[in-house]
Amino acid sequence: MLEVSIYRYNPEVDSEPYMQAFSYDTQGKDVMVLDVLEKLKTEDPTLVFRRSCREGVCGSDGVNISGKNGLACITPLSEVVKNNKLVIRPLPGLPVIRDLVIDMTQFYAQYEKIQPYLINNTPAPAIERLQSPEDRAKLDGLYECILCACCSTACPSFWWNPDKFIGPSGLLQAYRFLADSRDTGTEDRLANLDDPFSVFRCHGIMNCVQVCPKGLNPTKAIGHIRSMLLASAA
Amino acid sequence: MVKSVTSLSNSGLSNWMLQRISALILTAYLIFMVGYFAVNPSPSYEQWSSLHGSMAMRLFSLLAILSIAVHAWIGIWCVLTDYITVRLIGPKATAIRMFLQLAMIAVILFYVVWTIDILWGI
Repeated sequence: MLEVSIYRYNPEVDSEPYMQAFSYDTQGKDVMVLDVLEKLKTEDPTLVFRRSCREGVCGSDGVNISGKNGLACITPLSEVVKNNKLVIRPLPGLPVIRDLVIDMTQFYAQYEKIQPYLINNTPAPAIERLQSPEDRAKLDGLYECILCACCSTACPSFWWNPDKFIGPSGLLQAYRFLADSRDTGTEDRLANLDDPFSVFRCHGIMNCVQVCPKGLNPTKAIGHIRSMLLASAA
Repeated sequence: MVKSVTSLSNSGLSNWMLQRISALILTAYLIFMVGYFAVNPSPSYEQWSSLHGSMAMRLFSLLAILSIAVHAWIGIWCVLTDYITVRLIGPKATAIRMFLQLAMIAVILFYVVWTIDILWGI
């Protein structure tokens, strides 16, 4: 039997969070962490977590699994179980609403700050704004972000200043629009980022790269933003 | 755009650049000093004062203390704004952080002036 330890906290009942022990019969199968959570929820329906697509596309079930952030639905037990033990906690750094569900308001506020949409005030062409295959290729490794918050909640700079530092996820998206050949807001976007917090709180420790379930590289994108700021500066 | 008052400069890019340039200057100064002591492990008073009496060395030392000042200001400011915050230690944090930041700036300026006084007093 697999020993599972899960973070529990219901602010309406509990005075403080605690870890609850469960056991799970794997029947020799290497299932996903989400399967374990689903099974345990049938035993204890008060257990609360977010989930939706169960295939690593929606980004709902980001949790801290045995110390590392990841999506429960695409993380097999074989990757995270050590000494027959599995520990599941909410993503660190953001307020817990209940059990494994966190309040992502701060995360989305940072996303909103970088204006995650195409800015182009030139008259719209009859059909669509065209892009060369080369320009389109620049968005690879950026557009795939599913906003699961695994990276930003693994970043100490984001833990300390979630209201000021945009965080790896937001910065990856910021670069996604800076790199877009159809976007004409580059100058304003860069001007909004050149303060001591928004971008420059990144010290390049690459926790974000280590945990990204989609294999993206926010640190590299942040490096590109820095280069663009440098190139645009007098 | 996040505002800051006690930061060395309001541009993250400038701070980032200054942090790197000052690090290079300090590395050069360190290599020079280590090299000097490797060649001359126990300099006499005359050798030591003639080294620091030359204008080139004075300027190099001045550059080094200014680099320490800039590097420390940016670095310590960063640490204080990480850990001495209302989020982490409560509503008194702002006053404590301001006090520590201003104290840090005062100490740094004191060291710069003192070093200049020493260098040009030889």
